[in-house]
Formats: sequence, structure tokens, C-alpha cells
Amino acid sequence: MHPDDHADSVSVLRWLVPGRNRVREVVGRVVGSSVQGYGAATREGFTLIVASGLTKKYGDKVAVDDLTFEVRPGIVTGFLGPNGAGKSTTMRMIIGLDAPTRGQVAVNGRPYAGHAAPLHEVGALLEAKAVHNGRSARNHLLALAATTGLSSRRVDELLDLVGLTDVASKRVGGFSLGMGQRLGIAAALIGDPATLILDEPVNGLDPEGILWIRHLLRALAREGRTVFVSSHLMSEMALTADHLIVIGRGRLIADVSVDEFTKQAQSDLVQVRSPDAERLRDLLVGPTVHVTVLSPGRLEVIGLTSDQIGDIATDHSIRIHELVPHQASLEEAFMKLTRDAVEYQTPETIAS
Amino acid sequence: MTVLDAAPAITVPVLSAETAADLKVTQARVVRSEWLKMRTLRSSWLILILAVGSMAGVGIVIAWSTANDWTHMRPRQQARFDPLGDPLSGFNLAQLAISVLGVLLIAGEYSGGMIRASLAAVPKRLPVLWAKLAVFLTITVVTMLPTSLVTFFVCQRLLSSRHIQTTWTAPNVARSVIGVGLYLTVVAALAIGLGAIVRNVAGAIAAVVGVLLVLPVVASALPQTWGDRINKWLPSNAGQALMSVRSDNTSLSPWRGFFVFAAYAIASLIAAAVLLRHRDA
Repeated sequence: MHPDDHADSVSVLRWLVPGRNRVREVVGRVVGSSVQGYGAATREGFTLIVASGLTKKYGDKVAVDDLTFEVRPGIVTGFLGPNGAGKSTTMRMIIGLDAPTRGQVAVNGRPYAGHAAPLHEVGALLEAKAVHNGRSARNHLLALAATTGLSSRRVDELLDLVGLTDVASKRVGGFSLGMGQRLGIAAALIGDPATLILDEPVNGLDPEGILWIRHLLRALAREGRTVFVSSHLMSEMALTADHLIVIGRGRLIADVSVDEFTKQAQSDLVQVRSPDAERLRDLLVGPTVHVTVLSPGRLEVIGLTSDQIGDIATDHSIRIHELVPHQASLEEAFMKLTRDAVEYQTPETIAS
Repeated sequence: MTVLDAAPAITVPVLSAETAADLKVTQARVVRSEWLKMRTLRSSWLILILAVGSMAGVGIVIAWSTANDWTHMRPRQQARFDPLGDPLSGFNLAQLAISVLGVLLIAGEYSGGMIRASLAAVPKRLPVLWAKLAVFLTITVVTMLPTSLVTFFVCQRLLSSRHIQTTWTAPNVARSVIGVGLYLTVVAALAIGLGAIVRNVAGAIAAVVGVLLVLPVVASALPQTWGDRINKWLPSNAGQALMSVRSDNTSLSPWRGFFVFAAYAIASLIAAAVLLRHRDA
């Protein structure tokens, strides 16, 4: 076997095996709680999003495949996945724009459309634009506010919050992407919702805007709201979210806390350079330790810390020229995780 | 995390408990929202002005030029002149403007994505359709009925200089003049219905124009024995029976024709409602 192939299969193993177990665990837990929790999802006035078996097909194409998860109040939950993974479709199903092919999703115990005051339950910022270009920002918000009986005072408060007061009477067609996002956020907040669903909110924002969104999301979560925010950027989510729901090709890959994910991403991978590499490899290899020969004299070790490797080498009088702990970046970890999602489609490769 | 915690906290304005308790979506609130949406688009006013202007403008130009030329007109032309129908013929243009506006009110939301915000705010969906319908039918009646009346009286005034006018109290005249306003109101309903079914501005305008204007032309190519039986049941032919003073067996009786036309519009609205409930937005 070519050493690179080997390296690849080890990393797949490393990510696939714990990933699979985790998914099974998570599915078990969430399905269990959602069965009883469906009708009684309110916890002291806070709301949950509960999806169970959520599936959406467009013709033969499966956009969302049997998703089961729960989004909890009081924290920011990141909804992560590569472009085309089914994040937007899932969010559209939560607010009833798309009907699921199978399964269901409830907000605060019922389907979104079942609420008498929907904008007070959920505020949503969708990825695609949801405005009329010919209308002014203020009139756009006034029209939405009117459906639920809110006054222009509320609209002005929100224009102020998102910083659009100066351009409130300008037509939306002339807005930049960032201004459009701010308007979308004002629209999402108009009914003072218990749950926020934001699809790629940082898209098109400048650094200052991105920082502002982070603060805003954390502030909303701190107030006890449920905040569900999608992104295809792991690094962004690491800064904003407390919990992650990761999907790929419409399927759930992981449902983990950001801390856990980060820890895993940065778990021990050590590169060793030694003239006695082969002997060292034989000493290190074990049931929980994978060793890859990168090139003659160079090893990559997964499953042991650099301290442990150094001690073992010293005990056996093996010379070490280099001992480098390597930390995978979050983005790398995320890419590996979602790349493996592709492999879920073909169970044979997993079995082998 | 430390950077975040050090940053100034954002306070999201919260609603008072009193306000929050009264946020139910009602049909009346959705109507208010749709009225606001309609009046805050410049295109609505431009097209409405076009509808009123073409209705009144065409009529007044016809009446004025006929009155001026009357003494130079040949007897055959004079005999063909209809002092009621000709000044009201601007409705042909007005119905196009009304169709376009109706289509824009609903299909226009699909082209820009506004519909997603509308349906997220009113997830039961049908109140949005009924509100648009209520607002637009009201607007059409309130603008086009007076326009028809004013056009009629101004034109008769112009024609009276040659003593070729008709009068409000003449048989069937009042029904025809009011009929123009009612016909255009049903056109408005049909435009909303087809706009909601087609969901694309250009396609929906083509559909309305096809139904109102192209269908009668196509049908007129039929052999006469068939044509006489079919033509009068076509939507626009049926609806325009309400405006005609003379009635013969090639057209339905005025009110029967009007209700047939209205039935077409209602059918399009029922189809629109069913589709709106079941299609992904």
C-alpha cells in the first residue's frame, strides 16, 4: 500500500468510527426525547425546535434525509454543512415554506403554522432575499409588522438596532448585500420571537458587521432564546456557537458541543522523525494507536501524546530527531468530517 | 470568547407583555398589511393612473373628435356610431392595466422573494390571498366605477353639442356604464387568481391577456355554427355582455354573462387557493 493511501485510510477511520457511533448515540437520544417531547417541548417558557425523521425529496434527489435533532434554548446552535448539504431546505421546512416529504418538525411543540402569533414564535432570516426591491426598508418592516398588529414604533426601534435608520426610506433595491442582511435581521426580530432561525447571516457582511452578528446572536441566546444559525464556515461557528449540528448530503453527521468538537479536532497527532523509525513504529503500534510511515524515517502517530512517545523512545534508547505535536485546524477537522459524510452513502466502504 | 465578553452588550428591544399578548395574525391585520404593501409601491400608482387615464382618455378623445367631425362624417359612419359603447371603449386598455397590476401584486412577490417573508409572517397562507383579493377588488371598484361614470357623463356632454348623446335614463344605459366598473373588477379577480397560479409575472400576464383577448380571436376563426355556440361562453365575451345595450342570440343575457365571467374568476381563485396551500414557496 502506498503510504499516502494508508495515511488517508487511517484518517478516515479516525473520523468515521467515532463519528458513526456518535451519530447513532445522538439519534437514539433525540428520537427518544422527541417522541415524548413533541407535545410538551416548552421548558419554562423557552422553546425547542424538534425535528424527527425530517425528509425532503425533490423528484429523485434527496435534499434532506431523515434528520432528527433538537435545538435547545439559551444557546447558539450552529447548523453546519458544506454548500448543498440541505441546511436551507431544513430551515425552510421549520418555518413551513417547504412541506416535508416525510417526518415532521415542530417549534415550541407544534408545527410553525399552528401558532396564532407566528412572528412572536419564530423570526427567520433566509438565505435568499425575501424583500421587494421597490419598497423602502421601513415600509417593508411596516408591512410585516402589520400582519401581527405591531406599530411603527416597533419598526423604528428595530431599524435603530440594525443601524438602518438613515436609509429607512430608501428603496431596498439599492441596498448592498450587508444592508440587506441587516434588514433581514430586523425583519426576523420584529415579533420579539422566542426562536431565531438565521441562514448564513454573515454572508456579505464586512468584518464589523460579522462581529456585530456574533454579539447579537450571543445576546439573543443569553436572553434565553433559541438561536439556530447556519453556516458553511466552521471557524465562524467556533466563535459564535455553543453547540453544533453538522449535516452532509442531507444527513446528520454530528450533534456535538463546540468544545467537544474542538477537542477532537485538536486531539493528538504527532509527527516523529527518527533514524530508527521502523523499530519505533513496532513499539508504538497498539489497539488504540495508529502509526503511519510518511516517508523513510518519518512517522505520524495518532493515539499517543508527544510526551508518551518521547518516554517510550528513551526507554528503548531510540534516537529522536524531531517530535512535533500537530493540531488540525477546525476547518480541516470540519472538512474531514463532511468529506466522510459522502462515504455514508456507500456502506461497503465502511464495512471493509 | 474573552473578546466577545468584553464587547458592549447589544440589547434587543423587547415587547411589553401587553403588546406580546396581542400578536395574533387576523384577516383584518393581513388586509392592513396588504394595503400597505400595495400603496408603498410606485408601480401600483403608475399602473392605476394608466388604467384610469386610458379609460377616461380614450372615451373623451373619441367623443370630442366625433362631435367635431360629425358634420363631415358619412351617413354610414354616423349610423355606426354608438354614443354609449364608443366612449366607454377605453375599458379595453384599462383591463390590460388592471390585469398587469393584479398579476404584479401576487406574482411580483414571487420574482423578488418577498413571498417568503409574506408566508413566513402568515404561515396559514390563505389569508394572504384573500387580503390581496379584498384590497385589489376594492381599489378597482373604487377607482374604475367612478371613472366609468365620469367618462360617460363628460362624453355625453361633449356629444350633446351635436345632439347625438344618449342619456342615463335610456334603457340599459345605466347597467352598461356600471357594468364597465363591474367587468373590470372581475378582471382584477381573474388577474389575482392567474397570478397566484402561474407565480411568474411575464407568464401570468400572458395568461390573463390570452384568456381575455386572444381566446376570442382564436375562437372567431371557428366555423360560424360552432362559433355562435362557443364564443358567447368565453370569459371576456360573457363578461362584456353586461356592457352591451343590444342583445342577440350571439351573446349571453347581460347578468347571465356577467355571472359566467365571475364564475371563471372564482374558479381561478379556488385553484390558486388550493395550489397556494400545497406548493412549496
